[in-house]
Amino acid sequence: MSDGNLVEVTGLAKQYAIGTGSFGRFGKAAVHAIDGVDLEIRKGETLGLVGESGCGKSTLGRCILRLIEPTSGRVVFDGQDITALRKGALRLLRRHMQIVFQDPFSSLDPRMTVEAAIAQPFDVFPVPEGQSRHQRVLALIDAVGLDASSLQRFPHQFSGGQRQRIAIARALALNPQFIVADEPVSALDVSIRAQILNLLKQLKSRFHLTYLYISHDLSTVKFISDRVAVMYLGKLVEVGPAKAVFAAPRHPYTRALIDAVPVPDPAARNRRQPMKGEPPSPIAPPSGCRFHPRCPHAMPICKETAPPLLMDADGHRVACHLYSPAGTDVVSVDGTTPSSTTVPGSGERLRLIA
Amino acid sequence: MLTEAILSVRDLEVVFETGRGPLRAVNKVSFDIRPGEAYGIVGESGSGKSVTALSILRLLARNARIVSGSVLFKGRDVLGLRDDEMRNLRGKEIAMVFQDPQASFDPVFTIRSQIGEAMSLHRSVSRKEIDANVVSLLRSVGIPEADRRKDQYPHQFSGGMKQRAMSAMALSNSPALIIADEPTTALDVTIQAQMMDLFRDLKERLGVSILLITHDMGLVAEFCDRVSVMYAGSIVETADVHELFKRPRHPYTRALIDSIPRLDREQDQLESIPGRMPSLLELPAFCAFQPRCRFAKPECLEGIPQAKDLDGARVACYRAHAGDL
Repeated sequence: MSDGNLVEVTGLAKQYAIGTGSFGRFGKAAVHAIDGVDLEIRKGETLGLVGESGCGKSTLGRCILRLIEPTSGRVVFDGQDITALRKGALRLLRRHMQIVFQDPFSSLDPRMTVEAAIAQPFDVFPVPEGQSRHQRVLALIDAVGLDASSLQRFPHQFSGGQRQRIAIARALALNPQFIVADEPVSALDVSIRAQILNLLKQLKSRFHLTYLYISHDLSTVKFISDRVAVMYLGKLVEVGPAKAVFAAPRHPYTRALIDAVPVPDPAARNRRQPMKGEPPSPIAPPSGCRFHPRCPHAMPICKETAPPLLMDADGHRVACHLYSPAGTDVVSVDGTTPSSTTVPGSGERLRLIA
Repeated sequence: MLTEAILSVRDLEVVFETGRGPLRAVNKVSFDIRPGEAYGIVGESGSGKSVTALSILRLLARNARIVSGSVLFKGRDVLGLRDDEMRNLRGKEIAMVFQDPQASFDPVFTIRSQIGEAMSLHRSVSRKEIDANVVSLLRSVGIPEADRRKDQYPHQFSGGMKQRAMSAMALSNSPALIIADEPTTALDVTIQAQMMDLFRDLKERLGVSILLITHDMGLVAEFCDRVSVMYAGSIVETADVHELFKRPRHPYTRALIDSIPRLDREQDQLESIPGRMPSLLELPAFCAFQPRCRFAKPECLEGIPQAKDLDGARVACYRAHAGDL
């Protein structure tokens, strides 16, 4: 375990058993929601986890917190293996790891005042820093930019953005080290979204937090993240520094995702051909590289072998056969070396350290 | 104007009667859509953009009332049409694509029978013709194996495929105008790109006008020719899309563009707009954006600013017209 890592995930997998046939009565199958994920989250960073619906990003976030029990694999939090922890020990650890959900309309109890909602964690854990409950709640509500007069009101009296502030205040109540933010701004309007994103950034540096920021929205991920992990059909396809991933995406899927985001600048209209097809079912994922049926650069090997997630010297990882180990030539389907215009990041060969 | 507008909305006012009093959802909204044009109405939730769209087809809820204004489609006043005339217009000359394709199809009928129904409502067609037309429509919106898939039920279609099927239904009577209300909001970004590509193709190939209702400035920038920005039930700015992004004239438009996280540039902080949109139940008697506007001056409290021409655009802002932004 490296000292700089707050969370280390190794070989994490989660399968859901489902029935098949009419009404699920016949046969058995498994949905591989996440499949062999290796990932680390460094102390003090924001790791953005991005992917389309059903790719397993929320499942991964929840497995890390053990809100969902992983089928296999290991999660180490702050040097402690939490995969095997019993309930009591896990509960003690809970104060260090919190979650903010997407929907601030269902994550707050409508019958609880804001003060009661924020102070709820103190029913289980002592108030940090020797403050009284009320003092602590006042400090929290102030930290998220709401007025103290809001404390006696009920959730329905607040807008979506304000409710998300309340949910964030509650997540901060016990001075956690780590917060999983699962699509925290997706339900909010554009102008409010900016307020909450700025707030999350500001709270992170003020309270020395580490975030796992989960979203389908690449633009917000780019804004808030130090590093980015891209997920497709239960597997990580690319992990790297946010700047590098967005400036020079390596995996063809990352490239396609970035290309698909409409740019708010009509002068830069993108008339590229959109990626064809839809994500296949996670019940029967494609063989080899799971992206190969949609990949514009697919080669024969992609159908057969799943590419490993390999890292270069800058800590940029990609799972794609286009990036073969240093010294091996990259050859495309028709036997030609792909040109630099069609292959993302070609020309720079990966120097492998793993 | 260069060409005759296909749709012309003038001073439209819509009020919902609610238990808490009248809710003024749309206030004196005017805009024109030209043939073959992609027109965008962009705004946040509660801005009145969807109600504006629904008013055009008179699909408003029972407690809604169009208080005043006119909607001219090819020169005919839609608001004065009899119900049967209205039914004739809906789906035939003006078609609509909704946000939630899940809720827009009846789960117990096949895709073929639902698209076929849309066709046979407006003209007499034989079963054979329907079959052939449905298949070619599904093909034209990019549904693979259309011949087999036409006999499937909505649940057998993915979200993106359902939205394509809905577009096929919208196209079934060759409408002159398609109103698309947040057509891609429920879809993943790669599927959204496919859908918008389809709409662009329809516009270019068939010359159909499209009214895109959206909250997404990115979609507007990529797809629309002209845009109206709505805030609290009013249009605050109308402009050519290039102009709007290059030189937004209304402080709200400007703030909205600056508050978007972007892939094409580095941002440390996002411009955020303080506060929130006023409730449509208690709209002020002055500029509704004034409480959040960083350019506000005392005169902004004197009456509601009307949209006026300002070098090629239409802007409802005292400060913009005074030239001191």
